[in-house]
Amino acid sequence: MIVADKKPIEEIIETIKDHQSILVLGCNECVTVCEAGGKKEVGILASALRMHFLQQGREVNIAERTLERQCDHEYLEEIRDIIDDYDAVVSIACGVGVQFMAEKYQSKPIYPGVNTLFMGVTEARGVWTERCQGCGQCILASTGGICPVSRCAKRIFNGPCGGSASGKCEVDKELECGWQLIIDRLKALGRMDDYENISPLKDWSTDRAGGPRKVVREDVEL
Amino acid sequence: MSTNTPSKLEKILTAGHLAVTSECGPPRGSDPEVITEKANLIKDHVDAINVTDNQTSMTRLCSLAACIRLKLMGVEPVLQMVTRDRNRIALQSDILGAASFDIHNILCLSGDHQSFGDCAQGQNVHDIDSMQLIQTVRHMRDDGKFLGGDDIKRPPQMFVGAAANPFADPYEIRVPRLAKKIAAGVEFIQTQCIYNLDKFEDWMKKVCDRGLNEKVYILAGLTPMKSAGMARYMKNRVPGMDVPDDIVKRMADTPKEKQAQEGIDICVEAIQRLKEVKGVSGFHIMAIEWEEKVPEIVERAGLHPRPSVN
Ligand code: SF4
Ligand code: SF4
Repeated sequence: MIVADKKPIEEIIETIKDHQSILVLGCNECVTVCEAGGKKEVGILASALRMHFLQQGREVNIAERTLERQCDHEYLEEIRDIIDDYDAVVSIACGVGVQFMAEKYQSKPIYPGVNTLFMGVTEARGVWTERCQGCGQCILASTGGICPVSRCAKRIFNGPCGGSASGKCEVDKELECGWQLIIDRLKALGRMDDYENISPLKDWSTDRAGGPRKVVREDVEL
Repeated sequence: MSTNTPSKLEKILTAGHLAVTSECGPPRGSDPEVITEKANLIKDHVDAINVTDNQTSMTRLCSLAACIRLKLMGVEPVLQMVTRDRNRIALQSDILGAASFDIHNILCLSGDHQSFGDCAQGQNVHDIDSMQLIQTVRHMRDDGKFLGGDDIKRPPQMFVGAAANPFADPYEIRVPRLAKKIAAGVEFIQTQCIYNLDKFEDWMKKVCDRGLNEKVYILAGLTPMKSAGMARYMKNRVPGMDVPDDIVKRMADTPKEKQAQEGIDICVEAIQRLKEVKGVSGFHIMAIEWEEKVPEIVERAGLHPRPSVN
């Protein structure tokens, strides 16, 4: 899933302080799972904002809504009838949802209510960690299923670097060294001989480096 | 063995001498005197001087410019180059820039993570890694081609080095990792600072068992310690450093005013012991901001005068 984290409420207040009527808009997908932008968080944020404006003696209308997804036309269209009741939207979907909203409702101010971080997993209750950076050319087949792009702080393809110590990364003693994980996996798979294959220079043109990416599937297109 | 490049360091190693290299950290400013002064302190006691490339990610005068200074003084530089700060365009371009000044040695590194330095909020590049940088330099030199495939007019002639840390984890891949660097085309290795001599000797034995000592020149890395505080810091704070307790204790048990001398003694003793170790082709003495001690260490270790080659 796409993992996001809540923005500090002060930052959100600063962006919306001049508006009178605000829609807090959640998303029922990834951000619900990582408990940053689902229906529950919409409720919490909306209450906190109401409380804030009340204390300031200001009458600001704060409405709540959560869509099935904010990254599909279909669901974003559901608010076309009501969007003009508000002079701004705080979207607590990931950055993708915020942008798709902005693209669809050209003249409506849309503000992000979360910081979008990474594609990752729920490692434990309340703990989410990164697994993929969408490099566009997956090489997990040769690294025992562990990604050096997202799990090595230097995205080294022939690791580990000299800073790996007791399984931890040089940047943080709490952080697992991605290359230790790769080696552990290769060992468990009985494939340690593969360790000595040199990974060639990566083609980053499918990555962020190549510019905004696009997938077009003729078999799916209407 | 015949040489592949005009590198003086390569000639010395090929002739079978124990090589001695040292390093200079460029200043955090633009004063060229800092480099020339450091170089003057050590140039008659070493065969080549490494210039570090923004080590520990602290922004400094660039390695390439400092290497050019050394070259203009008639000193043999080893250009350290990290993949942290440059993509493949910049790396190839800097290699050519160095080659235009006939800089004949390069040390290919990934570099410490930027979070250790003064620009922790900066990006890191890591377009390619140190293994691939070795391949890149060899490709430019031996095939005379850019990564993009075009011919290079007057290709670089560089003796290609890399680092090895026998003490990093996981230990079982330390020798396979060296084999991998050799397969990538590395010709000399400068190791991480060695304090745990037993562990280093164990690594060297495994290196020799695989015959890797026949394929690469290994220079044992040493850093004299100035104080017990530094010993403790190296032990606890520097990633991938192995300082045994008895070394820390030996420094701590020495009166404060004699600790620096004790640090030098430990370093000289280590060189004397490692000279006898099969597979050790020389020494890389990294006296960090203590360059003036290099001559004493080299002389006491019986490595002076340096051989002359042409
Ligand atoms: S190799 Fe690329 S696509 Fe595969 S997991 Fe890593 S970042 Fe994602
Ligand atoms: S310690 Fe491991 S994860 Fe961290 S940068 Fe080095 S190889 Fe990558």
